[in-house]
Amino acid sequence: MFNGLVNGAFYALLSLGLAVIFGMLRIVNFMHGALYMLGAFAAFALGQLLGLGFWPSLILAPLLVGLLGVVLERGLLSRLYGLEPSYNLLLTFGLTLLTQDLVKQVMLSRFAVSSAPYSPPEVLSGVVNLGFVVFPKYRLFVIALSLVVCLVTWFVIEKTRVGAIIRASTENPVVTRAFGINVSLWVTGVFAVGAALAGLAGVLAAPIYSVEPYMGAELIITTFAVVVIGGMGSILGSVVTGFAVGVLAAVGAAVYPPIANTLVFILMALVLLVRPSGLFGLPEGAR
Amino acid sequence: MNKTRTAILALTALLLAPAASAQSLSDGGIKVGVLTDLSGVYSELSGQGSVKAAQMAAEDFMKANRAYAGKVSVIGVDHQNKADVAGNKAAEMIDRQNVDMLVDMPTSSAALAATEVARQKKTIAMVVTGATTALTNEKCNKYTFHYAYDNYMLANGTGTAVTKRGGNSWYIIYPNYAFGQDLNRQMVAAVQENGGKLAAPSDATPFPNTDFSSYLLKAQSVRPKIFGTMQAGNDLVNVVKQYNEFGLKKQGIGLGIGLLFETDVAALGQDAFAGAIATVPWFWNFDARSRQWAGRFEKAFGKKPTWAQAGVYSATLQYLNAVARAKTDNSDAVVKALEGYAFDDFFARNATIRPQDHRVILDVQVVQVKGKSESKEAGDIYKRLNTIPAAKAFMPLSENKCRM
Repeated sequence: MFNGLVNGAFYALLSLGLAVIFGMLRIVNFMHGALYMLGAFAAFALGQLLGLGFWPSLILAPLLVGLLGVVLERGLLSRLYGLEPSYNLLLTFGLTLLTQDLVKQVMLSRFAVSSAPYSPPEVLSGVVNLGFVVFPKYRLFVIALSLVVCLVTWFVIEKTRVGAIIRASTENPVVTRAFGINVSLWVTGVFAVGAALAGLAGVLAAPIYSVEPYMGAELIITTFAVVVIGGMGSILGSVVTGFAVGVLAAVGAAVYPPIANTLVFILMALVLLVRPSGLFGLPEGAR
Repeated sequence: MNKTRTAILALTALLLAPAASAQSLSDGGIKVGVLTDLSGVYSELSGQGSVKAAQMAAEDFMKANRAYAGKVSVIGVDHQNKADVAGNKAAEMIDRQNVDMLVDMPTSSAALAATEVARQKKTIAMVVTGATTALTNEKCNKYTFHYAYDNYMLANGTGTAVTKRGGNSWYIIYPNYAFGQDLNRQMVAAVQENGGKLAAPSDATPFPNTDFSSYLLKAQSVRPKIFGTMQAGNDLVNVVKQYNEFGLKKQGIGLGIGLLFETDVAALGQDAFAGAIATVPWFWNFDARSRQWAGRFEKAFGKKPTWAQAGVYSATLQYLNAVARAKTDNSDAVVKALEGYAFDDFFARNATIRPQDHRVILDVQVVQVKGKSESKEAGDIYKRLNTIPAAKAFMPLSENKCRM
């Protein structure tokens, strides 16, 4: 049950990024899982090539992934804005396959591993006795940090002026531009932040799961389900649902293992039946 | 005059001899098809290295048997670990590329599909990397041989060794598909036969799976002496990573591993696996003979061989030797030459090819993973605990379900 919160933290961070990107830019970013994997891989590569430890990587890797996000948005996605959403879906899906194979080649040829080792930092290795359960320190750190990041993101978007500008830019670009705001710059920024969040989740995952080219592929499907359950584009919804689904899957796996991978989709079907716009989503007409 | 005639006769005989033995090759040559994973999860432990190993065997064979010089060739084909692809590729290799023998075949389902095709086309298949005991039991056939290892040998070796060394209470988790279920069953039987018990019933885990924390937490509360994991590849790496993360070793819970490859140890680092016990058919620094071959392989391929790759070399060479004994590459004749054959090479020690089920039995090694500080050179990861003689390492014929 408690350990479900760790997976929940990853779901939350990833679906938060997805929700930000979808909610603001209407891009169904299939590449999100690959960006997560790139975050983990960047942490590993920075360690191998520059000897950087976990802490510098925790800052640097998401920045790199965010930067890649800028390149992606400016170079490719921005050209598709006028077209149907299925175009950006196809593009991001293709890029995912490309990225996975590229990373696989690099891992095999440059580092001679198909799955890369990565350890938690010294301070956070070991376990702590919580009374009811003995739990690794690193996992507690992951839960705490994810919560903070999720809260900050939610706060910035919902409560600050920056958030207001972002929401305005995406809600009505023409009017916003008339106020002298560089809309496309903000759009790029939002995409970069979403990508960086995925990168951050990747770095956090590196010491827990094995770093391998396809680590994002399995996660992204669940994450999409989380976003749908929470309500497409709802920040709060994706965070709450992320943690909830993590816990639920852990409980499910303990009770009846074969159902663990399917549980989230059953939940999705149920939620969509009752509330087609998701738990926290507003009905289309109310937007 | 008479002398000249004898000389001419002798000369013709000499010239004809190699031609005679080569004449009986179906298409003037022998083609070995390495059916393997060239791109996926098993590409590191088999893959291009297996192709290289088969090529080395072909070259060594041609050097030793002049009559076959230039007649043995090797091709490597990717089966992507998928049963349907493996079946199609096997058919294509046999029909279109005139392959005489298939070798390697990682992933049990892929091996079963490919050997079924090979059976229909009367082509010899030597499975080295596929693990399922079905190959020599209910799915056995005249043209399929199972080399190196299988689930029974893994469970029997590790279950017995660990239990006898005091690890007599187990909690086991296994991936919920054919390989894992089979390995769990065999492991539980081996533990119980040796007086061990289950601290809690085995748990099936989703497959594939990345997060094993709920099982590790359960292990903490059940407190077995050994936490047994039947996961393989990436799943195994994740289990062991999290076993260390949760500090189970420090809490006195040992690690028993169903299937371990050198590449898994490389993926996590030796220390994460240190102390774990596993059973392997071979490792590169086992003894001087092994070292010598491994050195040659490393020179040719740039990396140390895994046991799967060494096994491919051995299987290929034993097949070619059987062709030489049969003096033909006709499958039925070669099967006859292989059945019951006893041999000993750098890989397969005290080996015999059982005619009843085509299980190649050989001595296997129970090993313990060394910590980084114990290892004396790069790639020195195993300490040998004991050798299980060939006759005891594999499923006895009395339990065997093969009807050939």
